[in-house]
Amino acid sequence: MDRSATSPSALTGVVRGNGDAVFAAIVRCAAALILLGLGGMVAVMAWGARGAFATFGPAFIVDKAWNPVTQHFGAAAPVFGTLVTALLAIALAVPLAFGIAVWLTEIASARIAGVIGTLIQLLAAVPSIIFGMWGFAVLVPFMAHYVEPFASHTLGRVPGIGPLFRGAPYGTGFLTGGMILAVMITPFISAVMRDVFLSMPAVLKESAYGLGMTRWEVVRRIILPWSRTSVVGGIMLGLGRALGETMAITFVIGNANHIGWSLFSPGNTIASLIALEFPESAMGSLKFSSLMAAGFLLMLISLGTLVCSRLLLRTRAAGR
Amino acid sequence: MAGRENAAAVATSAPCASGRWQGDSLSDMRRRMVDRVATGLCWLATILVLLMLFSILFVLVRNGLGGLRWVTFVHVTLPPGQGGGLANAIVGSLIQTGLAVLIGAPVGLLVGIYLAEFTATDGRFINLVRFISDLLLSAPSILVGLFIYMIVVVPTGHFSGMAGALALSMLVVPVVVRTTEDMLRLVPLSMREAAIALGAPRWRVILFVCLRAARDGVATGILLALARVSGETAPLLFTSLGNMNWSVSPAAPMASLPVTIYQYAGAAYEDWTALAWTGALLITAGILMINITVRLGLGRNRK
Repeated sequence: MDRSATSPSALTGVVRGNGDAVFAAIVRCAAALILLGLGGMVAVMAWGARGAFATFGPAFIVDKAWNPVTQHFGAAAPVFGTLVTALLAIALAVPLAFGIAVWLTEIASARIAGVIGTLIQLLAAVPSIIFGMWGFAVLVPFMAHYVEPFASHTLGRVPGIGPLFRGAPYGTGFLTGGMILAVMITPFISAVMRDVFLSMPAVLKESAYGLGMTRWEVVRRIILPWSRTSVVGGIMLGLGRALGETMAITFVIGNANHIGWSLFSPGNTIASLIALEFPESAMGSLKFSSLMAAGFLLMLISLGTLVCSRLLLRTRAAGR
Repeated sequence: MAGRENAAAVATSAPCASGRWQGDSLSDMRRRMVDRVATGLCWLATILVLLMLFSILFVLVRNGLGGLRWVTFVHVTLPPGQGGGLANAIVGSLIQTGLAVLIGAPVGLLVGIYLAEFTATDGRFINLVRFISDLLLSAPSILVGLFIYMIVVVPTGHFSGMAGALALSMLVVPVVVRTTEDMLRLVPLSMREAAIALGAPRWRVILFVCLRAARDGVATGILLALARVSGETAPLLFTSLGNMNWSVSPAAPMASLPVTIYQYAGAAYEDWTALAWTGALLITAGILMINITVRLGLGRNRK
């Protein structure tokens, strides 16, 4: 096995103390690098954003303008777009992910579930730019030709929710963005859900089945209450990913700084705003600083979500 | 509590025979219907998402297969209409992801070791580090690009392949940390005790006994990290920028497959969009192959 561990030498006694101390110091430094990485990101964003916050003040967050000509910038439109697309994504992805997790753990036989589960996890490995291209080539025309005209003729006439579904059928926009994000985050959420469902003591399920509950009743009344915290944590994890996603959204969001009721109208998100406009902004300009400020806001939003997610998931792990 | 009351209610209303509940009352039929509908919806969700996966793969192959010619691999990117390839982008991607793993994997390994092996002494700090590392795992990658732009590109005065590699390495670290810690925790205590009893110092026990025992899992983590960053576009936009010419110097702006795909996909030239699809096919095939290999390998080890 290990030569050095079995051969005693006069030196080991000396080296042992130093070696351990040196090794501990090295790994602690590496760990400190992690903290430095995240702390540095937050600090650098805040530092880069100071110009924008000094000029526009807190109103930057609620200001709808984004006008490089008049040098007037506000983050309301991209923040709105970021939140709307991410929430739409969650609304679409949670039922899908839940269905998949239930199918994998309760319905399919173990062998088939293994194969299908792997396939679905492969979807999580596909790079986001590929989702963007797919969305642009497949989903956008589909939305423009079928879904949006149909929806605006039917749902668009329903009082109350009508305005959500009216508007020109560009194909790009909030809804398409939300759909792409939903496809991307579904594998993450379903993986978390599946793991929790699998970690549940079988006795609980078996006794419920033994009492004559149907499968759905077991899922609804036994599995879901037992795993609620982790399920919510998994959903928040998906939300955190959806908020920060860049490349997929850039292809299908339409890139217009716009706030409105219609889900079909083009919009923008913080991440795609940065991806598109950062290369065109001069270092030190007000636009540069405004983009950094938008990035800082994105950092706060997504870190907030991820912290919630981790706390929820950790509570469960600790209680196990 | 609510669950238990309900179960009791169900038990009285649905006497069960031969493993199948056969109640014929209206409520039993309703319960059966609900169960069927829910089961059907679960099937539907799974099929729908699988269809998405196959649709993506189908579109990639349909649009990208035509560009898989020799020229694509040996020519650099050229202006539209001149029959360019992707050689510089492919090599640039290999260099940058390679460097990113070379930088990120050792750091990730050390942090993973720290999280798994030093809990006795540094418990609270370890929880903090693990928490932050998990945050970095899902932090928006475009912000990582901005960060490296500010701390590397701005001080050095120019975009560079090295800056791109550094941005990617920030994404490699948390993946490697996670898998390394998980794998080290699977190493049985008795192995450590045996090594310590033989008089080995702690760092040797960790590096030459624990890490060696966990080496397959750790390698898996590094491969998965490689797969993850090789498709990343956002962190490279403001760091390595892209380069139309042949360049292998990490000190100069460097082309990469994802960034080239991004630039070409939005272009109005047919040969550029075709190349973008070919690049997309290449990168997806590579990433999926790594993932499948890793998962097959893992499956075998578990058995």
